[in-house]
Amino acid sequence: MSRRPQQQSPLDTSQPEVPEDELLSATGEGDEVMEEAEEQEGYTSSTPTSSLTWISWFCSLPGHDYFCEVAEDFIEDDFNLTGLNAMVPFWKEAMEMVLDVEPDEDSAKIPDVSIVEASAELLYGLVHQRYVLTRAGLHAMAEKYEAGVFGSCPRVYCMGCNVVPCGRSDLPGLETVKLFCPNCNDIYVPASSRFQGVDGAFFGTTFAHLFFQTYRELMPAPFWKQPSSSGSMSPSRSPRSVTGSNSSQQAPFVNPNPHGGQKRAAGKVYVPRIYGFKVSERAKSGPRMQWMRLRPESPEDLDEVDWRGRWIDDEEDQYDDGIDGEAEEDRRMEDFDPVRHIYCIVLC
Amino acid sequence: MLRRAVEDASTGSDSDYSNSWISWFLSSKGNEYFCEVEDDYILDRFNLTGLNTEVQNYTQALDLITDNLDDDFQEELRGTLDIQARLLYGLIHARWIVTARGLAKMLDKYKKADFGRCPRVLCQGQPLLPVGLTDVPYEKSVKLYCGRCEDIYSPKSSRHGSIDGAYFGTSFPHLLFLVYPALLPPKSGPADPARGVVGINPGAGAAAVDDPRRRGARVRDELVEGADGLGEAINTASVALRADRYRPRIFGFQINEVAKLQRWQEAMRDRQVARLETLEGS
Repeated sequence: MSRRPQQQSPLDTSQPEVPEDELLSATGEGDEVMEEAEEQEGYTSSTPTSSLTWISWFCSLPGHDYFCEVAEDFIEDDFNLTGLNAMVPFWKEAMEMVLDVEPDEDSAKIPDVSIVEASAELLYGLVHQRYVLTRAGLHAMAEKYEAGVFGSCPRVYCMGCNVVPCGRSDLPGLETVKLFCPNCNDIYVPASSRFQGVDGAFFGTTFAHLFFQTYRELMPAPFWKQPSSSGSMSPSRSPRSVTGSNSSQQAPFVNPNPHGGQKRAAGKVYVPRIYGFKVSERAKSGPRMQWMRLRPESPEDLDEVDWRGRWIDDEEDQYDDGIDGEAEEDRRMEDFDPVRHIYCIVLC
Repeated sequence: MLRRAVEDASTGSDSDYSNSWISWFLSSKGNEYFCEVEDDYILDRFNLTGLNTEVQNYTQALDLITDNLDDDFQEELRGTLDIQARLLYGLIHARWIVTARGLAKMLDKYKKADFGRCPRVLCQGQPLLPVGLTDVPYEKSVKLYCGRCEDIYSPKSSRHGSIDGAYFGTSFPHLLFLVYPALLPPKSGPADPARGVVGINPGAGAAAVDDPRRRGARVRDELVEGADGLGEAINTASVALRADRYRPRIFGFQINEVAKLQRWQEAMRDRQVARLETLEGS
């Protein structure tokens, strides 16, 4: 039982940071959720309940909010653990700890229980990476997703789209957990520093995307049409008009691709302006990155680009991207260099 | 908004040691995004044209922020006057930061990353700049603009999330990069100019990121990584080709619909690059 106070100790060191408000305000960053979490931590540490399993205790630790509880029978099935024993030191002791099995007498020869704790955490994390890809694991994560446990996208025009945890590597010890937004298809650093100690491999590179393939109704579609009101004319009011349009457009949203995202996307792209005038792309500091957030107006438009990333029909070149209507006629594709558009459809 | 004002008003009482209203305001919690507006600027009434219609008790509020308010001013009115003074200071601030001296002050804060860093992983901690979505007060809270991904984000902390965006205005970050083109952030590599010279990419380990080498032949070293750049020599026509992007994968395989969207987006990018290079050549 000594592991609990010890596990808490690195977190307790965060307690002196409680005048964190000052500390964070100096860097201009802060997190309000922090305070709640510390209260919660005080609660768990003050009540060392014996009825609590290791797994639910582990998942209730501050910073472990993203983890779901892996079913014990999933861990007990050796097939699910294939290959993990080579990655986790003190395998047997770690298994005993995770599954709350009374340890054998000979485990006393391990000098420091904190070593086993680290192994147990690694074991649980790697099992978790596999578990969240199962039907039960995806379901457990979907409940957390809908409850907003993972937070929402910091990008303003994603309109608070909920995000899911995502690793950049399936091997532990390389990168901390990131958050994937299905609306902008990008990854973000969690806002709270609590998650900077959580390994991204414990969620894996696949989970976020399998999640949205499984729950397509949560995945925004790849196309978006500006609401018919001329919102682009009044920059000051356009963000509001987007929110308003969601309620005004009552027609059910359908993506003709049954395997694609079935949710209406938040497709607005930020347009920089100086004194109300759009910054021209001809300026050196003009917009260069709007393409990254752009969506075509209709799903058919996606087919105008072939698998190598080239426009199929150059006659269709006058496509209006809805961002800058100016100089549409000037677009010439003659000097296009096809060589640089080699895209890998499938990569392993 | 009001809650914050009341909170700060209470903390204000015990900070008598600060010598002026402005320095008290700048040092209060949550006001880290603001820079100091110089006295000369506030005292020149031309710069305040029209603000008297925006702010109630304009004269007293102006007296308060310039420390000219009579000591016998009624205490019970100070609370409401404080709110008006903040509004007035914010609106002056929005005008000040688009002047040459104001830009320079904000530039110092930007270099210290006082406005935070871009939450987007592939922006590699690029410092942000505050921006409003409207110049009208009481409409939208402040957002943060990233010069690398050219997108806007909400501040992490609700303390900053409740600041009025009109106190920074819609033009400020774009004017800053227009005036200082050498400061345009590189589209790839580390964000910090001090570390940027080395040229190694700390985030390059992940397989999901686009490999910039594929386009290596085309991409020239156009963007100056350091602060004192080549000035007029900068060519940003094809910088977008250097931008890293995240590619969602399931067991290493791209997802059909997302990959299709990303190909379309990159075709749009290439079209813009071709257009800009044609302009450059002509």
